[in-house]
Amino acid sequence: MTEETLSVSELQGKARCLRCHIIGMTATAGSGHPGGSLSAADIVAALYFRVMRHDPHNPQWQDRDRFVLSKGHAAPVLYAALAESGYFPRELLCSLRCCDSPLQGHPEMHLLPGVEASTGSLGQGLSIANGMALAGRLDGRDYRVYVLLGDGELDEGQVWEAAMAAAHYDLDHVTAILDRNRQQIDGWTEDVMSLEPLADKWRAFGWYVLETNGHNMEAILEALATSRRVKGQPSIIIAHTTKGKGASFMDDNLRFHGNAPDREEMARGLGEVRTEERCKVCGVEYPGPC
Amino acid sequence: MTELVSIRDAYGRTLLELGRENENIVVLDADLSSSTKTTLFAAEFPERHFQMGIAEANMIGTAAGLASCGKIPFASTFAVFATCRTFDQLRMSVAYPNLNVKVVATHGGISVGEDGASHHAIEDIALTCALPNFTVIVVADATETEQAIRAAAEHRGPTYVRLTRPSVPIIYRESYDFVIGKAIRLREGKDATIVANGLMLSRALEAARLLATEGISTRVLDMHTVKPLDGQAVQEAAAETGAIVTAEEHLLHGGLGSVVAQTVVEHRAVPMRFVAIRDQYARSGKPEELLELYGLTSQAIATAVRQVVSEK
Repeated sequence: MTEETLSVSELQGKARCLRCHIIGMTATAGSGHPGGSLSAADIVAALYFRVMRHDPHNPQWQDRDRFVLSKGHAAPVLYAALAESGYFPRELLCSLRCCDSPLQGHPEMHLLPGVEASTGSLGQGLSIANGMALAGRLDGRDYRVYVLLGDGELDEGQVWEAAMAAAHYDLDHVTAILDRNRQQIDGWTEDVMSLEPLADKWRAFGWYVLETNGHNMEAILEALATSRRVKGQPSIIIAHTTKGKGASFMDDNLRFHGNAPDREEMARGLGEVRTEERCKVCGVEYPGPC
Repeated sequence: MTELVSIRDAYGRTLLELGRENENIVVLDADLSSSTKTTLFAAEFPERHFQMGIAEANMIGTAAGLASCGKIPFASTFAVFATCRTFDQLRMSVAYPNLNVKVVATHGGISVGEDGASHHAIEDIALTCALPNFTVIVVADATETEQAIRAAAEHRGPTYVRLTRPSVPIIYRESYDFVIGKAIRLREGKDATIVANGLMLSRALEAARLLATEGISTRVLDMHTVKPLDGQAVQEAAAETGAIVTAEEHLLHGGLGSVVAQTVVEHRAVPMRFVAIRDQYARSGKPEELLELYGLTSQAIATAVRQVVSEK
């Protein structure tokens, strides 16, 4: 468990790390979902390096906070966070999606320490998170369950079943975070299947709703802190984000939802994200696509 | 008059006993607890019984979350809802991560009766057998239900247990050593074997008694566990009796018959016939009426046995 509390600028540095890894590992794999991983990097950095109670040396610690990546295709951001936390060596990130790698295309909970749920088929993570929270309540444990949802994912009916259940069972130890990057595979969410008014919908389902800039570390931390103070109902942070955030040519670029950067794009992306300082610490050289 | 005993009551009682023995047992239901009989558990352990409403997909996902934190969840609803609308959840949230979730479903088959096709489960065994890591059990009477539910609770891994709606004849008068994956030889025979489970098991025994009067000696196997199948028992039946008939309250496609046929063809091909529902949905009707209409009878089994014996 991390003893020191990272500052906002240190957390921003960590988020840059995650972005580097996301661009590098998807390029090397030749496939993956960089856009929706990059949009979540600041949120995930806040959780793994400041907010969540967890121990990379004891992944089964019963009192740990849990993180469920319901939008399982953003596996790169989760893997990057786990590697940077020390769950496994960073070098393993180069093996994303390889046949014999524990870093599967979508997270598998038994292959890699720190992965709490097998996801990938959208809409299932909130149900799982609810089950974890119920178990914690039965056992008298105080851990929180954080679940990251995609906005396209909200098309799935099961999300709303789980939302109803979370409110019905007063699951105030469940904090959902919505990566509201406004895009899904076939286009803008509001063109594919309109979601708005989203905040109203979640409130109507009995949730405490917060909204934040998903790329402002201070705002993210404040929202997470507020959600921890909510009693008697689950909370959701609608984090307004940009798909592909971090590399200018990926910003809001739908092409990078499910396509990896090529070699030239990888170099360009890493160049934009990297700082001299972080490169010395990280030391992972992504070979890029074959 | 054959005495009939409720399988669902046996489930409800056994679940309650298990709940008293192990505080990690938790139960989920989807607005059918009075039918599935999880109400018994709910009455004594309300904090461990989670009413999920008519939201089966969420129920399965929630059970997965509970299992990932060390609980032993029993999730119940009607068989058709437990498997058809939840298939992706069973696949992704339970089977793929190999989580210790028990799906115990009542109202299997067409003996559900008057509710009609929407509430009949004729695909559930095919669906659950298609899931790697799942154990699939079909119980035949109340005693077998008690044994199977206890075995399911002990077993670590995804488990599906199918119960019938109607009360059924007693087959097992005393408790016995129920072992997952081990068929029970209920009747010895040398001319043919009937492999059956669930509601069809009593019909298999009736057929065997009838055939005996014709001089045909029929072995009867209770293949309660469809997955993993007791391949050895099937191979012995093929080798020692030379002809096999399967009988199930399920579609022909993908159920007990299909699974047994795979083993037979692979190891020792013998004449086979299948008593099952033939690629169609049933309809509303009284349970016995439907079973008759769709060919799930002891007469149909006996006819099938005569056919395979004649082909030896």
